[in-house]
Amino acid sequence: MVRVRLATPMLQENDEVARENRTLFQERGIFVLNLMSSPGSGKTSTLERTIEQLPDGLRLAVIEGDIYTTRDAERIEARGVPVVQINTAGACHLDARMIKPTLDDFDLGAIDLLIVENVGNLVCPAEFDLGEDARAVVLSVTEGNDKPMKYPLIFRLARAALINKIDLLPYTDCDLAELERDMAMINPELKMFQVSARTGQGFEAWVAWLAEQTEKKKRGG
Amino acid sequence: MHEYSLMEGVVRQLRASASENGIKQISRVGLVVGKMTMAVPDPLQFAFEVFRQQDPLLKEDAVLEIREEPIMCECKDCHHSYEIMNYEFLCPSCSGANIKLVGGRDLYIDFYEGE
Repeated sequence: MVRVRLATPMLQENDEVARENRTLFQERGIFVLNLMSSPGSGKTSTLERTIEQLPDGLRLAVIEGDIYTTRDAERIEARGVPVVQINTAGACHLDARMIKPTLDDFDLGAIDLLIVENVGNLVCPAEFDLGEDARAVVLSVTEGNDKPMKYPLIFRLARAALINKIDLLPYTDCDLAELERDMAMINPELKMFQVSARTGQGFEAWVAWLAEQTEKKKRGG
Repeated sequence: MHEYSLMEGVVRQLRASASENGIKQISRVGLVVGKMTMAVPDPLQFAFEVFRQQDPLLKEDAVLEIREEPIMCECKDCHHSYEIMNYEFLCPSCSGANIKLVGGRDLYIDFYEGE
């Protein structure tokens, strides 16, 4: 009987590819955002509204992650944004190895901002680094204010949170103050935006933040 | 169930290391799983069982040992070290929010045994 000490990270293979992706993004000065949420919280609608409001000249591309179908990619393509769909065929998250080959499908020299829409899921995507610069979580008020405490990791590792469907707040039992307090407790540095992808409310601040991060990355910051 | 993909990676790495060390069959695997990760012991055990049934690298009575690691923090202002309960990332000593996570994010293969 032999005992072998390893201390090998379980995600080593993923993290190696994530590092390669990150180096590539760094060389090209592309800001990469990993957009995560549970299904139905409005990631794709948020993206559509973001596309509408991005400043002229900021060149966006999108990777759409879904278990099946190309429906989300079609919605993005209809707005004239370069998009590649990844179908995970059952897998509940995107990983760095899925992202890498799709990068050949883009003209990376013509992109300032790459948004990766992850598979709808608040649990699994949190563990997989894709090589992104920042993560943003979309949480809609209709899901209830208990989600950050139930899924703390995704909020802890995010830089920004979009509290979506804010126009529906009066029709829900969501306690917005408690929601924001819990998120701030889990992650005091989390930037929060109250938005409605349906009405466009709150998007100015969100898009300004995104544009600022993109600009910073481009300048090598 | 991302625990299945995690376990897939574990088995791949065990295979590589076992072949380097001339080990044909593995009878025990030790993992360290931080509580600030989204890997949960029960589904990991379940995934291990699935692999044990189909992969001859793992003995049919191979055991998976999971050591959970608490969420440990350090306050950058008052340097108080403590374990986080209920995900309250505020320093219990000075109430500051300037907290560094120092433990609980680990997710690694600690050891394995075989012959």
